[in-house]
Amino acid sequence: MADVTFIVDGKTLTAPAGTLLIEACKSHGIEIPAFCYYPGLSLQAACRMCVVRIEKQPKLATACTTTVAEGMNVTTESPEIAQARKATLQLLLGNHPLDCPVCDAGGECELQDMTFKYGAADSFYAEPKNHRDEQKWSPVVYFDRPRCILCYRCVRMCGEGMDIFALGVQNRGSSSVIAPNIPAQLSGVVENGTELAQLDCEQCGMCIDACPVGALTSGTYRYKTRPWEMNHTATVCTHCGDGCKTTLGVRSVSDGSEIVRGDNRDKSGMNGDFLCNKGRYAFDFANNIERLTSPLIRKDGKLTPVSWDEALTFAGNKLRDLRQDRGPNSIGVIGSNRTTNEENYLLQKFARTVIGTNNIDHHRTADFVTLATSLQGATGRFASQHDVEKSPAILLVGGDPTNQAPLTAWNIRTNVRHNNARIYIANHEGIKLRRQAKAFVQVAPFGYGAFIESLKADNDFAKSLHAEEQLVVVVGNELRGGELASLIKALPHAKFALLADYANSRGASDMGLLPDVLPGYQSLAGSTIANEYAAADTPGLDLLAMFDAAAAGNLSALYVVGSNPVKRYGIDAVTLKSTFLIVQDLFLTETAALADVVFPAANLYEKSGSVTNSYGDLQLVSKAADKAGTRSDFELIVRLAGHMGHDLKTLVPFGKGLRSDMGQSRGAQSGEADRHSVWMTANNLEPKTSPFDPFAILDEIQRLVPGYDKLLRLQLLSGNDQHISPSASGLVQITTSRKDLVLPSADTLFTSGSLTRYSPMLQDVQRHQSTEVADHLASAD
Amino acid sequence: MATIPNSIFTPTTAARFDKLATIYPVKRSALVPMLLYAQDEIGYVSDPVVAEIAQRLDLLELDVRNVLSYYSMLRTVPAGKYNVQVCTNISCMLRGGFELLDHCKHTLGIGHKETTPDGLFSLEEVECIGACCWAPAVQVNYDFHDDLTPEKMDAVLDSYRAREPK
Ligand code: SF4
Ligand code: SF4
Ligand code: SF4
Ligand code: FES
Ligand code: FES
Repeated sequence: MADVTFIVDGKTLTAPAGTLLIEACKSHGIEIPAFCYYPGLSLQAACRMCVVRIEKQPKLATACTTTVAEGMNVTTESPEIAQARKATLQLLLGNHPLDCPVCDAGGECELQDMTFKYGAADSFYAEPKNHRDEQKWSPVVYFDRPRCILCYRCVRMCGEGMDIFALGVQNRGSSSVIAPNIPAQLSGVVENGTELAQLDCEQCGMCIDACPVGALTSGTYRYKTRPWEMNHTATVCTHCGDGCKTTLGVRSVSDGSEIVRGDNRDKSGMNGDFLCNKGRYAFDFANNIERLTSPLIRKDGKLTPVSWDEALTFAGNKLRDLRQDRGPNSIGVIGSNRTTNEENYLLQKFARTVIGTNNIDHHRTADFVTLATSLQGATGRFASQHDVEKSPAILLVGGDPTNQAPLTAWNIRTNVRHNNARIYIANHEGIKLRRQAKAFVQVAPFGYGAFIESLKADNDFAKSLHAEEQLVVVVGNELRGGELASLIKALPHAKFALLADYANSRGASDMGLLPDVLPGYQSLAGSTIANEYAAADTPGLDLLAMFDAAAAGNLSALYVVGSNPVKRYGIDAVTLKSTFLIVQDLFLTETAALADVVFPAANLYEKSGSVTNSYGDLQLVSKAADKAGTRSDFELIVRLAGHMGHDLKTLVPFGKGLRSDMGQSRGAQSGEADRHSVWMTANNLEPKTSPFDPFAILDEIQRLVPGYDKLLRLQLLSGNDQHISPSASGLVQITTSRKDLVLPSADTLFTSGSLTRYSPMLQDVQRHQSTEVADHLASAD
Repeated sequence: MATIPNSIFTPTTAARFDKLATIYPVKRSALVPMLLYAQDEIGYVSDPVVAEIAQRLDLLELDVRNVLSYYSMLRTVPAGKYNVQVCTNISCMLRGGFELLDHCKHTLGIGHKETTPDGLFSLEEVECIGACCWAPAVQVNYDFHDDLTPEKMDAVLDSYRAREPK
């Protein structure tokens, strides 16, 4: 819209017509206090804190509901306004206790700030304050009624933002109260003879984040610490593939530093204000006492704690001997969906160059290989998470983002609410997002092939899709292989994204944790990477084939990093009886329990590097916490290679480079400069000094992996996301007969693969949802 | 027209509700009248009433409770057979409304929004019932009694007791 010019506090400002005065002021650095106003939610005008004086208007006006107009002359601070705000505060404080020193929100409370600013702590009210006891609505949501200032942010957040409508306003006037959706008399939860109201919802905690005061507090954080006693680190959530930023509050403990809180109040990431239950609370697995903190070696059939040196030497020697005696192709490597790109790249390079085999795979949760091969050569066909937030039209085929990719669901809802986006859904189930859909097509179970066929036919759904000029297609993991390829072919004008399950599922694929392609989906023979690795050009064993080989006694060793295939693929323990098994993980998982050597690893919140969400948005991961006795997977892989006697410089390019005399004239590499050093110099990058610096591998990724070559360091380091599309061409789709290789993890809002059982919060919430509120479904349909 | 199987209401009320849900531009506009009729029939707005009305109007039960709790005339616990509503708003107050209320509390032995143990009477202090010109006024269920004194009030209460079979 056209710009208008207006005056605020004597300054001439401009903003697009239709902008709310409070927003226009904010973007010019003028802060107007507000309790009920919350960007992105509907307007409430309930609190009257934002009052300003607008020339020629008889009364003070609310800046949160006034749109800027040409020539408007506004005063935002004056004795009159201060008096009005002070009076508002005094009313709000009528029942509100003034005990900030013992309130959980003390130090980060908007009411406390305003009371300080306007000095409204004295009150004219002689009546006793209405006290109510605190209520526990769910394991993660607590409500302290006297602190509530009835701004209704929580109600709107839950209804409009989450589309749950689990919170309501009950009673009237000064007895108004925020109420959860299961009233006390129906909850069946009794404590000290009192029935307790309960909350049946997605337990996202968005209401808590939005609450300007200490009325809603988080079950996992409340009364543990003070905001100023924590260090805060913004990093990427480890749980689903959506790539939310979560800001972790961390404090020192005797064995490192522990995470006490996760939130996204700084709105730093691509998720804006959003976080789901897992991103906000399920960091607690990191503090679990069952964490492995010492390397273990199987001695007399029992896993026994040993020193790092003993474990690494033992594992390194054993791997080297087995490679020598039984050949590199008798060894398999399985990578992770939750380790960083650098670690994934390093692991496959380890497999291919240190061990010398293509027997590398990971638990695939979406068919990124088909996506990359189907879209090769095309530009602008890979959708980013931002497209879901902004695109005027979205087609969702399969999948249930509400449960599997909560940020995607949030973005779809927001896009509908703010931009009237048109959502088309084809699903075999009536998923919750159907409420936002413009059109819904019921697909028969396993009937996606027929649905894709119907896109060629003459029907309304197909017609409206073909008429959409900017269509983003989000594909659930029901579609893989041929079906996925034909869907992509059927909609040649659309952008595509696949929903995958964990923080770095996409990164695991992109980085080549695959037996038949190299990083960037490059082919095993002839590609740049292939030439540089000088490794075998025959495809290796995939994950299932490795276990088949193990069962047949042909797998001499298996190195598993951050994965639990034994549980996930239901592998019988006997299968691995003649395989030397090395497992690197956080916990003694089903797989680790069978191992000969176990290395305790750090988790994603305890390391740095980068991850790629399922849309291909690359983001920086920062080290927030620390656990004594663990090491990063990166370090462990490098050390293992070292103990196998490998020259580390050929694995991780650090230091001055392989050959100081570039353009060498003798020896095996004669006539050839150290390509990495040349590239580093050309790109103005400093060589890294340590083999344990993940950024040394990032350099190599950027140099070699198509798509990642365009990444901008400054963007990455400033914590911004950037979209990566595998841009190479000449990719070959290897058809494999094993359809079950892609195995969606079927995680829900309250599960996260093997981590689920180590997160007390997830356990609590699952119990809450399944027993306490089982019969009271919040959904409107 | 969608009818609700196993309605908790009498066929007449159920039919009335079926119609109510269709006569407003927005379905939920029927909420307050439905709550009132339901209360008349069941005696109070019970949890099953909330559930059925929510179902009839495509609302969440929470929505129904939000509205329900706003209105003091809607009850969520059973009232006595005769619900004595004493007005203490301005006209009645000036003409002895509070004395009347105290008198009722005393003779019935119950307080505001309470019910006698035999379930016969319940007492409520209410705002203006529109009978100011004959203040102080009391409403028992849908009957009006005006120009009252404590003595006249006793007679009113007795007249209800007399209706009960011995
Ligand atoms: S935690 Fe529950 S009540 Fe709060 S916003 Fe999320 S879904 Fe709504
Ligand atoms: S609980 Fe918090 S967010 Fe909700 S109305 Fe009260 S003060 Fe506002
Ligand atoms: S939506 Fe996914 S990435 Fe975001 S907080 Fe939830 S689990 Fe983490
Ligand atoms: S912020 Fe404007 S009225 Fe509350
Ligand atoms: S004041 Fe009692 S009826 Fe109006």
